[in-house]
Amino acid sequence: MKPRYTFGGDEHLFVEVDEEMSLDAFFKSLSMTRIISERGIDGITEICPANASFQVKYDPDVIAPEALLQTVQSIEAEAEGADPVLQTRLIEIPVYYRDPWTHETLMRFRERHQDPRASDLEYAARINGYDGVEAFIAAHSGSPWFVSMVGFVAGLPFMYQMVERERQIQVPKYLRPRTDTPKHTVGYGGCFSCIYSVRGAGGYQMFGITPMPIFDPDQKTNYLKDFMVFFRPGDIVKFRPIDRSEYDRTMEAVRRDAFTPKIREVEFDLRAFNVDIKGYNARLEGMINDD
Amino acid sequence: MTIKVLDPGLLTSVQDLGRPGYFHLGIPVSGAMDRFALRAANLLVGNDEGAAGLEAVFVGPTLAFQTDTVVAVTGAEMPVKIDGEVKPDWTALPVKAGQVLSFDFLAAGARIYIAVAGGIDVPAALGSRSTYPIGALGGFEGRAITAGDELPVGQDATKPAAGKSVPEGLRRKSPMPVELRILPGLYDHRVTRESLDRFFDEEWRVAPEADRMGYRFKGGTPLEFIEREQPFGAGSDPSNIVGSCYPYGSVQVPGGTEPIILHRDAVSGGGYFMIGTVISADMDLIGQLQPNTRTHFRRATMEEALDARRQRAAMLDRLRTALR
Repeated sequence: MKPRYTFGGDEHLFVEVDEEMSLDAFFKSLSMTRIISERGIDGITEICPANASFQVKYDPDVIAPEALLQTVQSIEAEAEGADPVLQTRLIEIPVYYRDPWTHETLMRFRERHQDPRASDLEYAARINGYDGVEAFIAAHSGSPWFVSMVGFVAGLPFMYQMVERERQIQVPKYLRPRTDTPKHTVGYGGCFSCIYSVRGAGGYQMFGITPMPIFDPDQKTNYLKDFMVFFRPGDIVKFRPIDRSEYDRTMEAVRRDAFTPKIREVEFDLRAFNVDIKGYNARLEGMINDD
Repeated sequence: MTIKVLDPGLLTSVQDLGRPGYFHLGIPVSGAMDRFALRAANLLVGNDEGAAGLEAVFVGPTLAFQTDTVVAVTGAEMPVKIDGEVKPDWTALPVKAGQVLSFDFLAAGARIYIAVAGGIDVPAALGSRSTYPIGALGGFEGRAITAGDELPVGQDATKPAAGKSVPEGLRRKSPMPVELRILPGLYDHRVTRESLDRFFDEEWRVAPEADRMGYRFKGGTPLEFIEREQPFGAGSDPSNIVGSCYPYGSVQVPGGTEPIILHRDAVSGGGYFMIGTVISADMDLIGQLQPNTRTHFRRATMEEALDARRQRAAMLDRLRTALR
């Protein structure tokens, strides 16, 4: 893993921590962005973390590109030595898999799909070697996920599955992007799951929908009053399958602003996780289920 | 006071100089595509340079004023009319209560900026009045304006005086064909050297899909990728990368065919490789390009980018001095 440095015009420094996705690359990227942010370097106007890379926006009238490059490069070694430990949130997201709304949408765009005769879930289950949709949903909701990036559009989380690479779900995006995706669709593309924060175009496979608001520009939702975007990079997400009646009940609670997501404060240690992934995930699951 | 929208034009929205600082959560900077033109319009009517005005693309709006004020229109060449009478652009114009501002057909460029003394006084969202319609954020109710809207106008202009005008030399005309300077980098190592050279040699044209999120170009030869086994998580197409941030001005080429330059309402990241980034000094110009405009991409170095940036800053200083 050798970071690559390159400039995005005269206002961005772009750092690719690794070419391929891994939790190690994500953590190294997170450590570097954290140290850069703590340094309070004059001229840096924004730090954007991504999955295995990050971007620093800067004002070249304040800091020369070469000076910034050297400063950030000097942080690399320090980040290497940082403990891969994260104080973060463990969040339960209710998901109504196989819901009628994403199903209606996927039927409208069947000609843009690899397998027009199957649903997105049936296709994803088959190419990942699962014995049917039920088993696939059990896998998708059975392990926790790291929010490795927030973006594309406002507040959309990209999530990386916290399992051994051999077990990771991988699904290509649609052949051609759709022009429509319901708001709150739980999607999948490459090795990332996502939740569409707003309605709009999209190319990820559609598995289900969550009733939980994750972006509220009016900041009226009780848990989005401080900030309109719910997710932060580093959040850990656990999906919980729900049925139609629970979906309807939750939507009703959302309408009354009586819904709040289940959240636990946790410390995540990548070293302990790598030693026993299954055991670590079971402990995380225990914490979220511990009422 | 308010301004009544009689006709919104094609797509007209409230914009200021943008909402920096939230791109890491997917909320783009937004704001005027041609910032220089918005600054000029504001300075003409005695506003702070960063006050909110209206940005209209291709077709101007029709607006009715309810009190006496001063307005200015800058940017694209589109004849300005008050009560049907043609008035000069890049000039502070007096308007009386009851008068109507309208426009003739676009002659050159793409976007006009309309400033009103006091600025458009919609509530600021995350520190800016700019409209980000995908997120229903900022601007007038989070959307483009529509007929019947009553736009609130602020009162903090400093003694607006009609008659001021931007000197000819400081009004940028849209040169044809256009040259956009690009600093190569990001993922340009993914394509062959010859292919990249050709990209900079060939003539491209602005495609119809050109908006505040990004400008698409077509007409050039598809890029040739260097073969590799795709990294884990990147996706199978050779133009795919593990989802990364997208710089403003970055040039992504999905499938290697049609380059897209991301602009003020950019998506903040994704899985398409980029071959470089338009230098900051040329970003305003993109906002004035019409579909089908002949365009050359020219390689620039960091020194050239910084030099061009200084020239733009000097031009802005001359504008400030001229309108003081």
